[in-house]
Amino acid sequence: MGYRVRVTVNGTPREAEVEARLLLVHFIREVLGLTGTHIGCDTTNCGACTVLLDGRPVKSCTVFAVQADGRDLLTVEGLARDGELHPIQEGFHERHGLQCGFCTPGMMMTAYALLQRTPAPTEEEIRWAISGNLCRCTGYVNIVEAIAYAADKLRSTPAAAGRGS
Amino acid sequence: MATQAHGMGHAVKRKEDARFLRGKGTYIDDITLPGMLYLDIVRSPYAHARITAIHTEKALAIPGVLAVVTGRDLDRYGLAWMPTLMSDRQMVLPIDTVLYQAQEVAAVVATDRYTAADGVAAVEVDYEPLPAVVDPRAALRPDAPVIRQDREKKSNHIWHWEVGDREATDRAFREAEVTVAQDLYIPRIHVSSIETCGCVARWDPVEGKLTLWMTTQAPHAIRTVVALVAGHLGLAEHKIRVIAPDIGGGFGGKVPVYPGYVLAVAASVLTGRPVKWIEDRMENLQADSFARDYHITAELAATRDGRLTALRVKTIADHGAFDAAANPSKFPAGLFSICTGSYDFRTAFAEVDGVYTNKPPGGIAYRCSFRVTEASYTIERMVDILAHELSMDPAEFRLKNFVRPDQFPYRSALGWTYDSGNYEAALRKAMDRIGYWDLRREQAERRRRGELMGIGISSFTEIVGAGPSHTFDILGLKMFDSAEIRIHPTGKVVARFGTKSQGQGHETTYAQIIAHELGIPEDDIVVEEGDTDTAPYGLGTYASRSTPTAGAAGAVAARKILAKARKIAAHLLEAHEDDLVWEPGRFHVKGSPERAKTIQEIAFAAYTNHPPGLEAGLEAVAYYDPPNLTFPFGSYICVVDIDKGTGEVKIRRFVAVDDCGNIINPMIVEGQIHGGLTMGLAPALYEEITYDEHGNMLGGSFMDYLLPTAVETPRWETDKTVTPSPHHPLGAKGVGESATVGAPAAIANAVIDALWHLGVRHIDIPITPWKVWKVLRERGVTE
Repeated sequence: MGYRVRVTVNGTPREAEVEARLLLVHFIREVLGLTGTHIGCDTTNCGACTVLLDGRPVKSCTVFAVQADGRDLLTVEGLARDGELHPIQEGFHERHGLQCGFCTPGMMMTAYALLQRTPAPTEEEIRWAISGNLCRCTGYVNIVEAIAYAADKLRSTPAAAGRGS
Repeated sequence: MATQAHGMGHAVKRKEDARFLRGKGTYIDDITLPGMLYLDIVRSPYAHARITAIHTEKALAIPGVLAVVTGRDLDRYGLAWMPTLMSDRQMVLPIDTVLYQAQEVAAVVATDRYTAADGVAAVEVDYEPLPAVVDPRAALRPDAPVIRQDREKKSNHIWHWEVGDREATDRAFREAEVTVAQDLYIPRIHVSSIETCGCVARWDPVEGKLTLWMTTQAPHAIRTVVALVAGHLGLAEHKIRVIAPDIGGGFGGKVPVYPGYVLAVAASVLTGRPVKWIEDRMENLQADSFARDYHITAELAATRDGRLTALRVKTIADHGAFDAAANPSKFPAGLFSICTGSYDFRTAFAEVDGVYTNKPPGGIAYRCSFRVTEASYTIERMVDILAHELSMDPAEFRLKNFVRPDQFPYRSALGWTYDSGNYEAALRKAMDRIGYWDLRREQAERRRRGELMGIGISSFTEIVGAGPSHTFDILGLKMFDSAEIRIHPTGKVVARFGTKSQGQGHETTYAQIIAHELGIPEDDIVVEEGDTDTAPYGLGTYASRSTPTAGAAGAVAARKILAKARKIAAHLLEAHEDDLVWEPGRFHVKGSPERAKTIQEIAFAAYTNHPPGLEAGLEAVAYYDPPNLTFPFGSYICVVDIDKGTGEVKIRRFVAVDDCGNIINPMIVEGQIHGGLTMGLAPALYEEITYDEHGNMLGGSFMDYLLPTAVETPRWETDKTVTPSPHHPLGAKGVGESATVGAPAAIANAVIDALWHLGVRHIDIPITPWKVWKVLRERGVTE
């Protein structure tokens, strides 16, 4: 034991003492108790564990918790505000962009980062942006449409953009 | 809030999304219990080896490591072996010999997952390597080392299975005007649901009760199997509760019982504390059940003018070290006998031999109904080869040989009775949608310019919804399924089913079935599955059986409720039952539409004012034993362009016309088809599990095993025809796997179509750039 980690998670400051080797994903899931961030592989391929660290998407299975010290974390639990779904979440619901739901949080966090820097992405840009997030259920067609839906909505109602903007 | 009942045919948005979108699903690794321990597994680096010693001292010396469990420990309780679904047995942990790489060797139990992993690293195992048998054909040679020394039969041959008329088929081939033969290898692949497998086992020594949260597609069957396996230790079925929480994809990989589950249960009994086991991705890929691995030789006989007369198929099935396939018990080769496909054969014969090798066990489905992809790929590749040999257009060849609509119900040469179909309509629709004849003209033009463009068709027939109990069982358990509907006094509903969704959207689809039958809004219906203490007994979700079996049970249970509701309504309206007219959501008296009672009013009366002579309450349960399977079908057309410089296959368009009978939720059906197509693309172009000659798995992580990403996956174009099932209560058929079954052949056929004029007749899937590049180089084709 012995390393104190202070992070701001979804707007709330949290801190805990952790082992140096603790992965950020286990810190989020088991220390912070936010189980919406999932684990799907050991090799940084599947993207199920994607969260935003200081606004940038990272695969939290390949970051140590201590590396997040002093930084800002956004997880799937921080997307909705005041009970209102974020337009990305709404898009996934409206366009049937999820089935088993396991890859969905990571997929939405990657989409969130994409739309922050590219508010009007082309289909190809969306496909490349999520190419580090694997989905086995949907065949991606509806995920791409869900993200396009969110992009449209965010452009027409910028107030819905949420955190980190 | 929607308060209206939608019912069948509506794209109702999914009820389950609410929790998944917010990160509030409860998957197996999200479950944490007070005092919970973690289990991790020591695995074999060798494909075949004798274990001479297991040294546990260093592991046990690590603070936080509580126990190391070996095969000898389990053997003392009669738990070192477990039965498989296919009358074989499988090691939970080996006593002295390992039979495949990554096989479980010992289990470490510790206070947290990091310490458990430290313990695994500290266990030292002494092995004496033995020769590994990797090729199933080599395994059948008389001098091959016998892999399963525990069996009486000292041979690597497991079973022989055959179906059809061998003599008549041989005669048809002798007399045929034209024949073609082709070897087809359908490689070993892995379902790789994004969530791996795992469980939390909690043994309560006071109550003598085991609760097992588990990634399973079939919780009730698991409960019974646990009772049968551990009965000698005093574990009885009423004291076993299996709970399948939210499941992050199944596709067949969560049907089997893996040693890790058994070890977690044993560790919980041993320690008296809850134990969690979650496999990592490499364990999942390297040791969990594989799919396919069929070495096929197929032959077609036909007349010179292109009419099919006979099919003959011989297959060697590589089952790995244990026959732990997940098939109905009487079907060691699954439903492979659907291999006559959509074509009207007078005679056919198929045989399969199961073989042991030093590889992980399995033979499970990969999002398909018991070896149906193997069958569909075989017939669709063969038909295409024959059409090309005869210089006939592959579409016209198919149209000439399809089972005709007036032949249904159609008895196939291998004994199935197809319930309904209209194959020509589906193919013609796909041809129109994609502009087939324009594409053929374009192809001819491009070929003149030296470009490689191909058009591939697959007109598959599926066989799903196992199944009729006279034929289908798993370990004697008949393959019916169930639904229980409880209508509360205020007209709100809880409905429970014997199946278990893994992403298919049962909470919405089943609610629509009940809404359709009873006129109660979907919003007023909660669907529950997966808890054996509450749900009625069922055989689970796999092989596209949920809608054909449990969905049908839902409709039947709703109709039982409606019959009782009619009696209550008659009592309330002081009318005769026969004078009541049902309209969605209410009964009214014939000729007096204003004299009516809604289903909600009737529900209230069922608890407050039920008629004399009638039991109170409004509930029903149905166990549905289907009279037949359902036979979804479709026609897919794929257009590919091949890069002559790199050998890369680029899918330009892919049109999928599916027919799954009457559709309950078109949005969900389309989503299922998109996903199935992507899992058809995967083995066609990317996924394969291979081994070196020592049985080392080549590429046991997502670094090497290539799941298609959004970049490789094309924008699928879907369409439909609707040919209802004549025997299903809703006319529905099942759809979750059709596209996985149909797509690989369409893609392979398109690639070969692009290369046929160069003298290329077949390339085994996955058709990688390397294979294509090699073929092009051999034929002197360069950029």
